[in-house]
Amino acid sequence: MTRRARMGIAAGVFLAAIVLLLGLVGRELSAPALPPLAGTPESTDNDTLARGAALARAGNCMACHTARGGEPYAGGHAIRTPFGTLMAGNLTPELETGLGGWSSEAFRRALHQGISRDGRLLYPVFPYEHTTRLQDADVDALYAYLRSLPPVHRPNDAHALRSPYNTQVALALWRLLNFEPARHQDEATRSAEWNRGAYLVQGVAHCAACHSPRNAWGGSGQAFSGGFMPDGRWYAPSLLDPAEAGVQNWPVEQVLGLLRDGHLDHATTMGPMAEVVFHGTSHLPEADLLAMTTYLRELPVQAARVPDFKAAEPGLLRLGAQVYEQHCVDCHGPQGQGAAKAYLPLAGNRALLMASPVNAIQAILSGGFSPATAGNPQPYGMPPFRTLLSDTEVAAVASFIRQSWGNRAGPVSPLDVQRVR
Amino acid sequence: MIRVLVLTALGLFASLVSAQSSHRVPDTLAQRLQACTVCHGAQGRATPGGYFPRIAGKPADYLYHQLLHFRDGRRNNAGMSYLLDHMSDTYLRDIAAHYANLDLPYPPPLPPAASPAALARGAQLVRQGDPVRGLPACNDCHGVRMTGVAPAVPGLLGLPRDYLIGQLGAWQTGLRKAFEPDCMARIARQMAPEDVSAVASWLAAQPVPDPAHPQAALSGPMPMDCGLTPPARSRQP
Repeated sequence: MTRRARMGIAAGVFLAAIVLLLGLVGRELSAPALPPLAGTPESTDNDTLARGAALARAGNCMACHTARGGEPYAGGHAIRTPFGTLMAGNLTPELETGLGGWSSEAFRRALHQGISRDGRLLYPVFPYEHTTRLQDADVDALYAYLRSLPPVHRPNDAHALRSPYNTQVALALWRLLNFEPARHQDEATRSAEWNRGAYLVQGVAHCAACHSPRNAWGGSGQAFSGGFMPDGRWYAPSLLDPAEAGVQNWPVEQVLGLLRDGHLDHATTMGPMAEVVFHGTSHLPEADLLAMTTYLRELPVQAARVPDFKAAEPGLLRLGAQVYEQHCVDCHGPQGQGAAKAYLPLAGNRALLMASPVNAIQAILSGGFSPATAGNPQPYGMPPFRTLLSDTEVAAVASFIRQSWGNRAGPVSPLDVQRVR
Repeated sequence: MIRVLVLTALGLFASLVSAQSSHRVPDTLAQRLQACTVCHGAQGRATPGGYFPRIAGKPADYLYHQLLHFRDGRRNNAGMSYLLDHMSDTYLRDIAAHYANLDLPYPPPLPPAASPAALARGAQLVRQGDPVRGLPACNDCHGVRMTGVAPAVPGLLGLPRDYLIGQLGAWQTGLRKAFEPDCMARIARQMAPEDVSAVASWLAAQPVPDPAHPQAALSGPMPMDCGLTPPARSRQP
């Protein structure tokens, strides 16, 4: 074959690939607008409404779809991502600015396929990678619940995304690489409880949206193996690794207790997970919590990568010991043993000993309370040390805690602290 | 004999282990609220020279409303909002009642940093207001001793000057809000910058009377319409 012929074939293959890709993108972009809702939908029975309300709790829809101090579900909460800021929309049944004009078909298509009523592709910050698993009847129950809310007139705020992420073509490409609509299927070899747990955890509760790594293009890595929150300031630990947040070795009552009450003697929820408990899991029916617990306890065990141990500089540890003596010892005890029912032990506390120290740094800088729940209505609090301690002092005390009382985790540098502050 | 020795040894070991692991803290609200002390001082009394306000002894509803404001975004302080983000209305009420019931002596104020003319203007605004600018006297709402009025109007003494200026400025720019009708926002927007400075300097230079309890009720009607109760809906999960 001549060189020219080979070049011709290569160009032909290349062109065919381009045409194929354009065709695929075109197909993604060709969803039609659905007609607006005609009339009012049939009235819904109370059981369906209650099921929809519980699903909304399990999905914690309210946390993203409510602005601080705003009307519930009326949108306006900003979600910062590496691609720009996305603004959650108004889900109340208001005609002009909410979902008032949405039919149940349009709502199903949004949750199952990530396509808005007008045919636009939705950003996957709306977790349709996960809600695609919901059964039709449950989507309809959610729809009925949202329609039962008081309508609120609140126009949606515009997203502020960087180019080219603000284009539908970019979304189409993301979907070709990352999104496959798929309904949940029960596994016949597993118990009904396990299957219910899998359905909730993988579906509406979208735990993997945070507890999985994401690549530079926003695609999800191995589910439940841990990942940084979009702003990089919290780490959602691995649910596969018992040394991170895996609960494979925990008694059922403890897993259930942490999801329901937000706090145990030896573990607590902070930051984004406190939000999940406060608005979400603390309100779930016990049977659903038990199902989630069953599924989480039976996740396969897989150890996260742990770097080789490196001892902190002696000077940093000395400073850390001083800071600990001054600010931490009264609550957490001289041996980092904590105080029962109030303050967590720091000795052997896995949340502080993960490869990434960001959550430990967050705890020191921002302090905080466990969520106030029915099971823990008056939580104990930790002061925020942001204004009191320098980056070096925070790094020192974090390093001291990570390397005392048998703890063996890597040192924390002032630069690590500065990145989180 | 061996059994006795072994049991004794075991007992000693157990008591050693428990001595090391027993660390107890009081089961009280004060202990739960240690998180507040880093900024607001032990027992919530703050310091006269810094920025952070005292919270001890202020009227309970006032404190409760401020906690709601921080949690729900009508007051802006990222640290406060973060601490309160996952608290129920009930717990916020408990916290407010705890600080409202504290009865603490206050340190004497710092010497005033303003000119005598500015202090005189401040005193005039507090006691008489300024009818030309449409400003009522502070005393009319905050009480004759300026220790506040139960249940929801705060006392303004024992607060750092910088904090007072910061709050009036935040009201002027809309960063701080109260329930509607937001009378303090209207008042603050009527104030000239030199009035803000004068009134803050005078207030910060006054000693806190002992006891510092808020007045039980106002003797006359308030000079303006003020939103002193939350609207019906609050973000309760």
